[in-house]
Amino acid sequence: MSAVGTVAVLTQVTVVVAGAPLLTGLMRQVRARMEGRAGAGVGQPWRDLRKLLRKQPITPVGTGPAFRLAPLLLVATTLVVAALVPLASTATPVRDSADLLVVVTLLALGTVILALAGLDTGTAFGGMGASREMTVVALVEPTILLSVVALSIPAGSTNLPAIVAHGVHDPARLASPASLLAGVALAVVTLAETGRLPVDNPSTHLELTMIHEAMILEYAGGDLALIELGAQMRLTVLLGLLTSLFVPWGIATGTAAAALPLALALFAGKVALLGAGLAAAEVFWAKMRLFKVPELLAGSFLLALLAVGASFFLPGN
Amino acid sequence: MNLLRKIRETGRVAEQAPPAPQAERLPAARELAGSVQVRCVDAGSCNGCEIEIAAAFGPVYDAERYGARVVASPRHADVLLVTGPVTRNMAEPLRRTVEATPRPRLVIAVGDCALNCGEFAGGYGVQGSVADVVPVDLQVPGCPPEPDAIVAALRTVTRR
Repeated sequence: MSAVGTVAVLTQVTVVVAGAPLLTGLMRQVRARMEGRAGAGVGQPWRDLRKLLRKQPITPVGTGPAFRLAPLLLVATTLVVAALVPLASTATPVRDSADLLVVVTLLALGTVILALAGLDTGTAFGGMGASREMTVVALVEPTILLSVVALSIPAGSTNLPAIVAHGVHDPARLASPASLLAGVALAVVTLAETGRLPVDNPSTHLELTMIHEAMILEYAGGDLALIELGAQMRLTVLLGLLTSLFVPWGIATGTAAAALPLALALFAGKVALLGAGLAAAEVFWAKMRLFKVPELLAGSFLLALLAVGASFFLPGN
Repeated sequence: MNLLRKIRETGRVAEQAPPAPQAERLPAARELAGSVQVRCVDAGSCNGCEIEIAAAFGPVYDAERYGARVVASPRHADVLLVTGPVTRNMAEPLRRTVEATPRPRLVIAVGDCALNCGEFAGGYGVQGSVADVVPVDLQVPGCPPEPDAIVAALRTVTRR
């Protein structure tokens, strides 16, 4: 397990870092085509990042350590999550640390750090974005934790590789009511966590409707590049987590080196397909009013609660 | 479902890309390398130019395919599209916006008003043209300029 597992973790992190901007580019391209536009090409987010790294860094007057450290911590937490989640293989050296609760907490830590950075700028929009983000997170976290409970009951553990391996070996579990309900609940909170429609509009220019964008208005240059890369990696990792939990076929469960390239290719394909589907669906959605977002998230919480109930009373076959 | 049918029937709206404009090489454009984030600043315009800028980023002219994208903050921007004669109230905000934009940055004056105050020259609230207040790198004449002209100016910056 040692050598192959280490290679699996390293290649998985590399694929996430290199592929996250491409996923964003693909989603923008799908949206552009459906709107009748030609689109900037799948590689445009990489060109944006390369350009941002060359630009003059600006630190606004009056900002403190929270503002300066947030980009690094956001990328660092996401990198750790990218290494922990079994996207390509469940037999990795970090499998014992890859608890679903740890993953959820690390993602929440990234969110909180960014909200602190938004507050640190002292601007009206930074504080507004931070307060909105915290409202959304407060509604998202209970749903995620309940879904985790629902998914961990059949596997008998909250260990992520154990849950995924359980799904690979017993595919009938994936179609059980508990798994389906938890899947829908997790999909909704993924949209909220990554700032996609209908909760937040990633391409908005209107400060009054922003959530994620409002917190990062003051970043420039390399810091902004890190924030953008971190946000793109979060989207990739969360979509990857969804595919690992609910369509885990192809993920390597053993120590055979031959299964690894296939697992990585399948992971990239599944996430690209899911991302393209999400981008296509977003064309049909409008952004929700902020007052309606709690209703959507309460709905997903209810689904997660039903999933927990179903995992006790309708335990599949 | 109606929307899906509409999308299928409409197909591609974007016009064929015209040949890339042959203009002077801007040194800043080399560093940007095909990625330009644009922030619009209305320094006192009648909103005619804004409508044309919106059209330039719409489906027909699709400035985004050349690597330009409108952003919400001058800190994220490389290019400022400044429209209108600079009014007394907007002179200081315009200076601060340019100051908040990280280098390398470019200022594009869009429309006759931005170049020489146009219709509003001599008005009591008008401080002067954009070049009187901040250094201008590119000019797009017209009242209002056609979206094609705005896209051509952006393409000299994105070099695509």
